[in-house]
Amino acid sequence: MDLSLFLIQTLNGVQYGLLLFLIASGLTLIFGIMHIINLAHGALYMVGAYLAFWLTSLVGNLFLAIILALPIALMMGILIERFLIRHLYARAHLDQVLLTFGLILIFNALQSIIWGNDVHSVPVPEWLNHSVALTDNLRYPVYRLFISGVCITIAIGMYLLIQRTRLGMIVRAGADDREMVRSLGVNINRVYTLVFAAGTALAAFAGMIASPVSSVYPGMGESVLILAFVVVVIGGIGSIKGAFLGALLVGLTATWGTVLAPNFASAAVYALMAIVLLFKPRGLFA
Amino acid sequence: MLDIPKSIRILLLLLTVLLACYPLWGEFFFGDRYEYYLQKLTFMMLLAILALSLDWLVGITGMVSIAQAAFFGVAGYTLVMLTPEFAAANVWVVLPAALVMAALAALVIGLLVIRTHGIFFIMATIAFSQMLYYLFHDAPFFGGSDGIYMFFRPEVSIGGVQLLNLEDRQTRFFIALVSLVAIYLLLRVMLRAPFGRVLRGIKENETRMRALGYNPLFYKLAAFVIAGTIAGYAGFLYTVQDAFVDPSAVSWTLSAHALVMVILGGLGTLFGPVLGAFAFEWLHYGFSNVTRHWELPLGIVVILMVLLLPRGIAGLLLDLSNRIPERKPDPAPAQGKGAAEAKPPIRETTKEARP
Amino acid sequence: MKTTSVSCLSKLRSGMTAGLAAFGLAFSGSALADSGPVKVGLMLPYTGTFAQLGEAITNGIQMAIEENGGRLGGREVEIVTVDDESDPSRATQNAQRLISGERVDFLIGTVHSGVATAMVRVAREEGVPTIIPNAGFDAATGALCAPNIFRTSFSSWQTAYPMGKAAYERGYERMVTLAWRYAFGQESVAGFKQGFEEAGGEIIREIYVPFPDVEFQAQLAEIASLRPDAVFSFFAGGGAVQYVRDYAAAGLNETIPLTGSGFLTDGTLHAQGEAAEGVLTTLHYSTQLDNEHNQRFVQAYEEKFDMAADIYAVQGYDTGILLVRAMEAVNGDTSDRDALLQAMREVEFPDSPRGPWQFSRAQHPIQNIYLREVQNGQNVVIDIAAEALEDPARGCNM
Repeated sequence: MDLSLFLIQTLNGVQYGLLLFLIASGLTLIFGIMHIINLAHGALYMVGAYLAFWLTSLVGNLFLAIILALPIALMMGILIERFLIRHLYARAHLDQVLLTFGLILIFNALQSIIWGNDVHSVPVPEWLNHSVALTDNLRYPVYRLFISGVCITIAIGMYLLIQRTRLGMIVRAGADDREMVRSLGVNINRVYTLVFAAGTALAAFAGMIASPVSSVYPGMGESVLILAFVVVVIGGIGSIKGAFLGALLVGLTATWGTVLAPNFASAAVYALMAIVLLFKPRGLFA
Repeated sequence: MLDIPKSIRILLLLLTVLLACYPLWGEFFFGDRYEYYLQKLTFMMLLAILALSLDWLVGITGMVSIAQAAFFGVAGYTLVMLTPEFAAANVWVVLPAALVMAALAALVIGLLVIRTHGIFFIMATIAFSQMLYYLFHDAPFFGGSDGIYMFFRPEVSIGGVQLLNLEDRQTRFFIALVSLVAIYLLLRVMLRAPFGRVLRGIKENETRMRALGYNPLFYKLAAFVIAGTIAGYAGFLYTVQDAFVDPSAVSWTLSAHALVMVILGGLGTLFGPVLGAFAFEWLHYGFSNVTRHWELPLGIVVILMVLLLPRGIAGLLLDLSNRIPERKPDPAPAQGKGAAEAKPPIRETTKEARP
Repeated sequence: MKTTSVSCLSKLRSGMTAGLAAFGLAFSGSALADSGPVKVGLMLPYTGTFAQLGEAITNGIQMAIEENGGRLGGREVEIVTVDDESDPSRATQNAQRLISGERVDFLIGTVHSGVATAMVRVAREEGVPTIIPNAGFDAATGALCAPNIFRTSFSSWQTAYPMGKAAYERGYERMVTLAWRYAFGQESVAGFKQGFEEAGGEIIREIYVPFPDVEFQAQLAEIASLRPDAVFSFFAGGGAVQYVRDYAAAGLNETIPLTGSGFLTDGTLHAQGEAAEGVLTTLHYSTQLDNEHNQRFVQAYEEKFDMAADIYAVQGYDTGILLVRAMEAVNGDTSDRDALLQAMREVEFPDSPRGPWQFSRAQHPIQNIYLREVQNGQNVVIDIAAEALEDPARGCNM
C-alpha cells in the first residue's frame, strides 16, 4: 500500500469517527448526566433524518430544513422528559430502559405511518456540492469535510459549555449529587429537562446533517444505536473528551479493519471494545 | 423474592394445569387454530425459559447481561452442525454437546466480562455476543446470514427403543412445559440454597460479601455459567422446534427482547419473567393481527405498563395477593378471586391490552 | 332511538369480538369446506427495511386477482397477511400461523432470504403449495427444491451470471467486485464471477462490506487504487442508494464504470438521481420493457395504487396470475393437492410484463435477463443479456 492510500484511508477513518462522535454526543450527555440508558437514541437519529428529508423537499434547502426541524426535535425531547421519563427518576434504571424500548416501537410506527417505507435521499446543498481531487481518479466530497467541521465545532462547544460555564457547572453537579444542586436553589427538574432536550436535539441533528451521506430509510437508527454506545463506553461515560477520542478510535478501527482484515471487519469494532474493557473496565478516559 | 404468597402459588399452579390441559380444551376453544396455538405456546414457553435464565442474572445476581441470546444460539448451532444431513442425530450426544458448548461460551465470556460493572458490564456482554454473531453470520461454514437447517429432528431412544418422537408437536409441547416447570423449580430451590443466598447478598452489597470471606467473582461467574447453560437448553429446544437456526438466534436484539420480558414481568421474581414472556409475545401477536402498524399499540402498552406497574406484572399480582388475607373471615371471595385469576396467561395479557 | 342504540351496541359487540379474536380468545368458526373462499396467506415484511417491497408484492397479487374477476377458480378469495418483520427467528412461527393457524390453501412469501429459508423448511414439512415472490437465495429451488415450492422471482445466480459475459463483451477484462457480506451478496458475486471467468475475464479482488453498513469510503479508495476496468456490485434498498451516490461523489464513475445486479438501480432511481446515470445492470425486468403487456401493467398499476410499478410489483402480479390460472385449471378444487401442484407447474406466462416465461423442473422461472443502462433516470433496456435463462438448480433432485 502506498503512502497516499494510507493517508486517504486515515482521512476516511477520521471523518467516519467524527460523524460517530456527533451521533454519540447526545447519548453521552444524557447518559453521563442523567444516568439514563436511552435506547431510543437511534430512533431519534432516524426521526431527524426523516425530518430533514421531509422539510428539505418542502423548502428546498437542507440548512433551512434543519433550522425548522431543530425546534421540533427540542420540543419532542421536552415532551418525552416531562411526561414520561420524569416519572421514572425514582425507579430502577431498567424501567427507563424498558420505557425507551417502547419509544423505539412508537417512533418506528410513526415513521412508517407519516412518511411511508420508501428509501429517500437528501440532496447536498448546492454550494457544498463539490469535491476535491485526492488522486488522479479519486475525489473527496466537500460535504463530508463540512460534516467533519461541524462535528469538531460541536465537540469544542460542548466541552466549553460543560467545563467552563455556570450552566455546565450546575449540570455537572447535578450528575453527581442532585440534593446538593437543589439546596443551591437550582430547579433540578428544569436542568434535567434541558439536558434531555439537548440530547434529543443532538441525536436528531446528527440524523439531519448525516442524511445526505447515509440516505434515509426505515430501520436506519438501529445499526447506529449500538455503535453510539460502543463509542460512549470506550471513551468513558459522561466525558466529552472521551467520547471524542473514542469515536475517532472506532472510526479508524472500522476503516482500517475493512482494509487490513476484511474477513474480520464486522467484528473489529466489538473486538476493540472488548480489549479496552479488559484492560480499562471503566473506559479509556473515565 | 424468597417466598411467594400462597395465593400466587395457587394461581401459578392453576395456570400450569390449564396449560398442561391445553390439548384437552384447546381444540374445543380454538377449533382450526388449535395446532397453531399448540406451537405458539411451545415457542412462548421456550422464550420463557430464556427469560427465566436472564432473571437469574439480572434480577437475582444483579448482572444486566445482553449476551443471553449468544448461549441460546450457540446451543442451537451446535445441534444443527452435529446433525447429519440425511439422518437424525442422537439426542444423548447432541444435547450434552449443546449444553457443554453453551456453558463453555458462558465460561469464557464470563471470565472476560466479570470484572466490569454497570453499563460497562452490559456493553462488554454486547461486545462478545456481537463477535459471536459475526462469526456465525460471516463464516460460510455455519450457513452464513441465511442460516442453516436440519431435515431430521434428534432421535430420543435407548437401546433402539424410541422414548419420545420429537417430530410430534404435542410431544414437543409437553417437553417444553416440563422443562419450564422443572427449571423454574430448580431455580427456586437454588435461590433458597446457600449458593442463592450468597448471590442475593452480592446483589445487595458486594463489598460486604467479600468482607464475609466470599469471593464474589467466583459466585458471579458460577451464576453466569448456570444462566448461560439454561439459555443454551432453551436454544436447543427452540432449534429442535424450528429445525432451523440462523444468526438472529445469537443477536443482541433477541437478548434485548428477553430483557424486556424480564422487566415487564417483574425483576427477581422468577415467576414474573415467565408471565412477562407470555405477555410480550401475546401482545405482539395480537396487535400484529389487528394492524400493520402493530408497533404503535405495542409501544404504547409497554410504556403504560412501565408507568403504571412499577414492579411489572409480578408486582401487580403481589399487590393483589396482599389484599387477600385482609378478608380472611370470608374465605369464599378470596377463593373466587383465585379462580378468576386462573385464566391462561393469554387472558392475563389481554387485560393489559385493553387499558 | 332504540334501534340506534341496539345497532350501536351490536357494533360495539362485533368490534369487541374482532378484538378478542385478534388475541385468539374468541371461539373460532368450524372448519371451512372446500366450497368456501380460497385462503391465500401472505407472509411478507410490512415493517422495517423491506416494508416497501412487501407492499408492492401485495399490490401485485391483489391486482392480478381483481383483474380476473376477483375470484380463483370460481371461488371467493380471502387474503390473510402476516408481517414477517424480516426476522428469521420468528419465521417458523409466522409460517405456521398461516399454515396451521389459518389453514391457508396457498402460502406466499417472502423477501428476506433467511426468513424464506425457515419458511421453506416448514412448507416442505406441511406440503402446502408455496410460492416465493422475491427471496432469491439459490437453494430455494436448488438443494431445498420440493414439489410444493415454487418461485416466481429470480435467483441470485440468475440475475448476476449474465452480467459476466456482458461485461467482458464490453471490453472489461480485470474487474473488482463489491458487495455486502451476506448470503445474497456472496451468491450474486459468485454468479457474476462464474459468468465473467467463463467469458475470459479476471476478478482481481472481491471486497465485502459488513452488512448492513452504508459507509463505503474505505472501499471506494481501495477500488481507486486497484484501477480495475470496471466494478460489479450488489447492494439493495438504502445501501444501493447511498453506494451509487458515493461512487459518483468520489468521481469513480468517470473512469471506472459501475455494473451490478439489477437491484442496484431498481426502485431506487428517484433517490439516486444523476449519480446513477450510466450504471449497467442485469435483471429479469425493467419498467421500460417495450412490450404491450408491460406498458399496460405499468399504467394500470400506477392508476390503481398511485405509485410507480417496480420489479417487486411484477413478481407479485405473476404470483397472482399463477394462482388464477392454476385454480382455473382445477376448477377451484384445492382438495386434490397433487392435481393442484401439477396445474401450477403447467401454468405458462406468455403475457407477463417481464416477457414470456415458464417454470423449470425445479419450479423456478426460465426467463430472459435484460441488460439495462440508466439513462435519464430510467432503466433502459439495451439488450437481452441472456435469453430464456434457466437456473442450474444445483443440488435439486426433482
